[in-house]
Amino acid sequence: MAQKKKASQTSFKTLPKAATGIQGLDEITGGGLPRGRPTLVSGGAGSGKTLFGLEFLVRGATQYSEPGVFMSFEESIPDLTKNAASLGFDLERLVADKKLFLDHVSITRTEIEETGEYDLDGLFIRIADAVQRVGARRVILDTIEALFGDLPNPGILRAEIRRLFGWLKQKGLTTVITAERDRPDRLTRHGIEEFVSDCVILLDHRIREEISTRRLRIVKYRGSTHGTNEYPFLIDDQGISVLPISSLGLDHAAPAVRISSGIARLDGMLGGKGFYRGSSILVSGGSGTGKTSVAAHFVDAACRRGERCLFFAFEESPRQIVRNMRSIGIDLDPWVRKGLLLFQAARPTYGGIEQHLLVTHRCIASFHPSVVVVDPVTNLLMVSTLNEVRSMLTRLVDFLKTEGITAIFTSLTAAGGALEASEADVSSLMDSWLLLESIEVGGERNRALLVLKSRGMEHSNQIREFLLTDDGLRLLDVYLGPEGVLTGSARVSQEVREKAAGTARLQEQGSRRRELERKRRIFEARMAMLRAEFEAEAEIIQQTISESESLGEEMVQDRGRMVRSRKADTSAYKKEGRAKAARKR
Amino acid sequence: MKKPPKKSSPAGKRKPGLAGEIKQAASHDRQAKYVLRLYISGSTSKSGLAVENIKRICEQHLKNRYDLEVIDIYQQPNLARDEQIVAVPTLIKRRPPPLRRLIGDMSDLKKVSLGLDLRMRE
Repeated sequence: MAQKKKASQTSFKTLPKAATGIQGLDEITGGGLPRGRPTLVSGGAGSGKTLFGLEFLVRGATQYSEPGVFMSFEESIPDLTKNAASLGFDLERLVADKKLFLDHVSITRTEIEETGEYDLDGLFIRIADAVQRVGARRVILDTIEALFGDLPNPGILRAEIRRLFGWLKQKGLTTVITAERDRPDRLTRHGIEEFVSDCVILLDHRIREEISTRRLRIVKYRGSTHGTNEYPFLIDDQGISVLPISSLGLDHAAPAVRISSGIARLDGMLGGKGFYRGSSILVSGGSGTGKTSVAAHFVDAACRRGERCLFFAFEESPRQIVRNMRSIGIDLDPWVRKGLLLFQAARPTYGGIEQHLLVTHRCIASFHPSVVVVDPVTNLLMVSTLNEVRSMLTRLVDFLKTEGITAIFTSLTAAGGALEASEADVSSLMDSWLLLESIEVGGERNRALLVLKSRGMEHSNQIREFLLTDDGLRLLDVYLGPEGVLTGSARVSQEVREKAAGTARLQEQGSRRRELERKRRIFEARMAMLRAEFEAEAEIIQQTISESESLGEEMVQDRGRMVRSRKADTSAYKKEGRAKAARKR
Repeated sequence: MKKPPKKSSPAGKRKPGLAGEIKQAASHDRQAKYVLRLYISGSTSKSGLAVENIKRICEQHLKNRYDLEVIDIYQQPNLARDEQIVAVPTLIKRRPPPLRRLIGDMSDLKKVSLGLDLRMRE
């Protein structure tokens, strides 16, 4: 991508280009058509050649201040004006403002007799005069090959047309020459492409499976790199739009801001904070798995934050969606009335894939939402091939990311199919992928949700059962059984079992506690007994001690009584006592 | 640029009246009055040749009953648009009807007389 950009930039220096103003074309050509040179636009009847020329001219006059001259060799001026009006171009005003000059070249073959050599000076002079009148920088010759039917002597005519192209180039006029392609093996009826060496664009209009698609291819662009693919394009009331409208690139900003999914427990599964703002989220699942409900939650949350949401409904009508979401407790109606939520509903078959992409772009550009829902993106497969849908989604995702818009794409997977494989193509574009599954166990079907991937964040790897309740989508606790996640009745019975086990545990705890209490009481009782014994013994011992003390006293008293009774010489004891005291001194 | 010589019959300056017109148309083409306009671009050789050729033819076959005007579209590009001139030289035979356009340098006498509905005697 960077290489391509670089290449077109360098070529821009060497080869000046005139911007066409046609949506998407300037991206493919790296800036427009070769300035001051002729470009051949070839295509079958009704392929949009004239409108191509008209738009190139009108955009030049209105957007790039390059007035133009339209030389019409087929349509009359009133017809041309009318056709241009269908694209929203007011030719009459542009002519009045001298920004445009229209000239209808009409010759009736039957009136003409060739009497000798002639040239196309009449045409030269008319163009020169017209160019001078409005100061034209651009010229359209639509379809100059018509002259071959009007004028005799093709030899002279070819030489003159060659001279005309040379003259236009010399005058520095950016010219678009349209030509009818009648056979697939050649670009123009009369081989005038050999005079146009600079740029050749091929337009094609084909019908496949009742859906018409227009395609544009740059066959040749000398001195410039260009996209070589076939690009789908549309013609509607805003002119031609070549897809891609936006160029492909991977240089969009990556905000780190997280926004809630609107389901609290889902946010929990997404690292606790929800999705990244500006990311693209795929919600895939079989029918009836709740994809739209997940999207509605997200929308509801966004509207609560005051953000604008654009809801592309390819399956249900807006009223139906509002009613159905009300049944799960999400009321979208107030958001619609507040102008925060806009539904864009259409059956996918009403137009080709390009039409859808274009409408999508236009809606987003005019509504400026911060959240976009495409529900379901798989319905687009009805109108196109997987390849084209992928290409469209790539463009769309790219565009949304550039705009910083968070997008939810729901995707309907075929029941029983290889769920993940079938969407591998689309999923690689997505940042987050929520997989909604129906788990069939024990004769019932239950919904489960899995965050299959979510770039740049930690996310839960659990498969979670959820219920769609009156109060919205409710994620349930996880019950793992021997065969995986338990859902529905299996979960309920597991819940009951766990409850029973819990009660038993409680009872056991109770009895253990009681036993402990008993043991403590026994212990305390024993303690009390021991204490009592000890106290009893201690009392006896104390008694003995005090008995023996009183016995000692009695003995002393008894001895005194005996002395007295024997009338012993107590003074001798006294003398002895004094002598002892004297010695001590 | 030199303005090419303009030669016309004495009556050429005056528009014939309606009655005369009908009379002329009804009468034989020998009496019918020719109104011819030759559109050329500047002084190219083809233009010069055409002017020369047509004058000679007129003098030979339509003496005194033709009105030839030579117009240089370089001078009047608007006339080229109004008259739907693409190829040059172009001779427009306005009268007698039907309207005919002769393109080229008028060197093919047979085709010129066929286009002008002349009877070639010589």
